Amino acid sequence: MQIDWNDYSAPGLHDELIGPGGGARAAGRTLVRYLSELGGEEIGVRQHAAELAIKAMGITFTVYHEQEGSIDRAWPLDIIPRTISRKEWSRIERGLAQRVTALNLFIDDVYHEQRILADGIVPREVIASSRNFRPNCVGVRPPLKCWAHICGTDLVRDKDGTVYVLEDNLRVPSGVSYMIENRQVVKRVFPEVFGSAAILPVDDYPSQLYDMLAALSPRKQRRPEVVVLTPGIYNSAYFEHAFLARQMGCELVEGRDLTVHEDDCVYMHTVRGWTRVDVIYRRIDDDFLDPEVFRADSTLGVRGLMRAWSQGNVALANAPGAGVADDKLVYTYVPEMIRYYLDEEAILPNVPSWRCGEPRQLEHVLTQLESLVVKPVDGSGGYGMLMGPMSSQRERSQFAIQLRAQPRGYIAQPVVTLSTVPTFTNGGLEPRHVDLRPFILSGAKTYVTTGGLTRVAMRKGTLVVNSSQGGGSKDTWIVDTEQ
Amino acid sequence: MLARVVENVYWLARYLERAENTARLVSVNTHSQLDLPPGYALGWLPLIDITGSREAFDASSRRSEEREIVQFLIADIGNPGSMAASLQLARENARTLRDILPTDGWEVLHQFFLEFTEELPTGLNRRSRFNFLKRSVLQLQTLAGVLDGTMNRNDAYTFMMLGRNLERADMSSRIADVRAAQLEAAPPGEMRPFDTIQWMSVLRSLSGYEMYRLSRRARVSRADVLEFVLRDEQFPRSCRSCLVQTQEWVRAVPRSGVVLDALALASRFLAAADLTRLDQNALHELIDQLQLRIIGVHDTLARTYFPNAEAHPAPQSTTPLAAAV
Repeated sequence: MQIDWNDYSAPGLHDELIGPGGGARAAGRTLVRYLSELGGEEIGVRQHAAELAIKAMGITFTVYHEQEGSIDRAWPLDIIPRTISRKEWSRIERGLAQRVTALNLFIDDVYHEQRILADGIVPREVIASSRNFRPNCVGVRPPLKCWAHICGTDLVRDKDGTVYVLEDNLRVPSGVSYMIENRQVVKRVFPEVFGSAAILPVDDYPSQLYDMLAALSPRKQRRPEVVVLTPGIYNSAYFEHAFLARQMGCELVEGRDLTVHEDDCVYMHTVRGWTRVDVIYRRIDDDFLDPEVFRADSTLGVRGLMRAWSQGNVALANAPGAGVADDKLVYTYVPEMIRYYLDEEAILPNVPSWRCGEPRQLEHVLTQLESLVVKPVDGSGGYGMLMGPMSSQRERSQFAIQLRAQPRGYIAQPVVTLSTVPTFTNGGLEPRHVDLRPFILSGAKTYVTTGGLTRVAMRKGTLVVNSSQGGGSKDTWIVDTEQ
Repeated sequence: MLARVVENVYWLARYLERAENTARLVSVNTHSQLDLPPGYALGWLPLIDITGSREAFDASSRRSEEREIVQFLIADIGNPGSMAASLQLARENARTLRDILPTDGWEVLHQFFLEFTEELPTGLNRRSRFNFLKRSVLQLQTLAGVLDGTMNRNDAYTFMMLGRNLERADMSSRIADVRAAQLEAAPPGEMRPFDTIQWMSVLRSLSGYEMYRLSRRARVSRADVLEFVLRDEQFPRSCRSCLVQTQEWVRAVPRSGVVLDALALASRFLAAADLTRLDQNALHELIDQLQLRIIGVHDTLARTYFPNAEAHPAPQSTTPLAAAV
C-alpha cells in the first residue's frame, strides 16, 4: 500500500515534514521517499517492531500512580522521525549557546554583585520573591563561574514557522537518554534510510557530559571521581540516571552512599573503604540536597554537602541555586539579559509573555483568560497550568481567584499552535503536535546536542507533550541537505 | 565499587541461582515421578523441605498435591522462595544495578522476566511444564554466560561469584540431605531397583548426572553420589567446589581475613566427614552442621562489607533445615 501524501494535510498548521504545497521539505526529502516506498502497512510493522525492541531493551520511565504506586512503563516512541535541516539547526544551536551563556552570567551576577538588579534591568522583587533563589549560595564561586552546566531548553515552532523558546530547565532536566535510545531503536527499524541520508549522529553526548563534569574537579588529577547522584529506583527518571552513569563509566550513588567527613570533603562508601568524590552530577532538587541547609526531612541528600561545595571541595552540577533562572518570571527577562551581558540581540525569541505580578498586565490577562495559557512560574511537567481555550467557565473563574491571590506566581502566554509531524496512528499517518528539548552543556566550552528530544502529543488535537501525561517521543534528525 | 552496589550484586546472584535451582528441582521431580510405578513415587512434599519453605507452605493452606506444590514453588509470589519471587527480587536488584550491568546482560534478564511472566499461567501444566522449565534454566544459564563473558573482573563481579557459589553450596547440601532421608526411610527390599532412579534424580537436580558418569564411571550408589555432590573436586556444583571457588574470590577483596576463617571452618569440616559410614541421622546431623557453617560465611561477609547487613532479611534458604526429617 503506497502512501498518498495528498491525503496527509495539516491545515493551518506548520508541518515539519510536509510543506504547504504537499511536497517534502528539504530536510525530509529522503525520509518521505523512503516512507512512500515502505508503504503504510510496512510502517505499521516497523512501529510494532520498535515497540518490541523498547520492551526488550527495557527502556522505561516511571509514573507515580496514586493507587498502584510507581509503575515502570515502556517508553513511548513514534517511529516517524522529526527532521530539521543542518542549516536551520546551526542557527538554533548558536541561539541556545547565546542564551545559556547569558543565563550563567545572570546567575553568577545574582549571587555576587547583582549589577543587573542595580541597573534596573531586572527588578529586585523578582529575585527577592523567587522560591528558587538560595541565599546560601550568595558569594560562592563555583568552578569556571558556571552554574547551569546542563540545561534543557524547550523549543516550539508556531504556525508561521518561527521557533520560540518556551522555557529553560536549569535544575535537573531529563530526557537526554531517551534522545539517544530513540536513535538506537530507529536505526534498528529503519536501517535502510541511514545509508542514504546524511543524518548526524547523537551519541556523542555522554562523552561530552563526562568531559564537562571532569573539568570541574577541584583536584587536578587524570581521572577525577565523578558520580551521578540519584534519588533511587522509584524516581521517574531513574532509567536515565543509570543510563548516563553507565555510559560515562561513573558510579551511580544515592545519598546514603555519601558522607561529608570532618575535612568537609565528600566520600563514598566503597567495598575498599572511603573514596573521595570530586564531582557530583546530582539529579536531586536543591530542596533535598542537604538536610543541614534545605529541607531537614530529606533522606535523599547528604548532610554537609553545601559546606563541602561552598568551600570548593566538591563540584555540583548543576550548582545549587541555578534554579533561580528556571523561574518562568525570570524567563521573561532573558532577551534583556542577553542584551545586558552580551550586547547582542537574542537569536531565538521568547514566546511573548505577560507578567501577572505587574498589575496592568494582570488585568489584561484576566480579561483574556479564554485565549491564554497561564503557567505557574516554578512548575514543571505541565502541572498546575490553565489552558484557556480548552477550559470551562468554572475552571477559569476558579483560576482567576488563584491569580489575584498570587499574581507573582504566574505568567501568561498566547497559545502557541505547535508545529506537527506525521505520526503513526490507527488511521494511518496523521499530524500530531511536537516540541523539542535540546540539551546544552556549559563549562570550559559550550556544547549543544545534535537535535534533542522531540516530544509529541499522541492524542489528536492536544498540545500536551509531557510523557507523564500521555505524550510520546520521536527521533530527531538533523539532516545535512548540502551533502 | 560502592558497598551498597556489591551487596545488591551479591543478592542478585543468589536470587538468580535460587530461581534456576528451583526450576531444575521441579523439572527433575516431574520426570522421576514418571519413571516410578504407582506407590513408589516419593511425591512432592520433599521439595518443600529441600527449598526450606515448610513454614511458608503450611501457612499457605495449599494441599499437598502435585499441582499445588508446583504452583507454590514456581509461581506463588506469596512464597518468598518461589521461582517467581526470586526472579522478581533479582529484577528489582538488577534495576538498581543498571549502571554496572552490561546492557546485554540486562536485556537477557529483562526479556526472560517478561517471557516468564507471560507464559507462567500456562507453563506449569504437565504438558508444557518440562519445556517451560528447561527454557527457564537455559535462559538463566545464558544470562550467567553473558555476565561472565562481558563483566570486568572488579568488585561487582567478585561479589556476584560469591553470591552464586554460596547459594549453590547451600542448595547442593539441601538436596543431598533431603533425598538421602527419603531413600533411607523407604522400606528395604523391593524398592532397590528404583533406588537407582532416585539417586539419578538427585544428580539431575544438580545437572550432574552426566558429569558423575564421566568422572566416576560407576553405577549410581548412595555413598558415591553423596561423595560426588558434597565433595567432588571437579564437579562445579559440589559443596566443596563452591567453597573453594568462594575462597578464591574472597581473596580478591581487602579485609577478608574473617571471611576466609569462616570458610576454612566449613571446608575443614566437610573434608573431615566420613561419608561412607554415615547412617541417615548422622548424615542429617552432618549436613545441618555444614549448613550452619555456610551461613557463618554469609554472616561474616555481610558484616564485613554490606551497609544493610542488619536491615536485610536473612534469606530463607540459609535457615537450617531442621524440619527436614
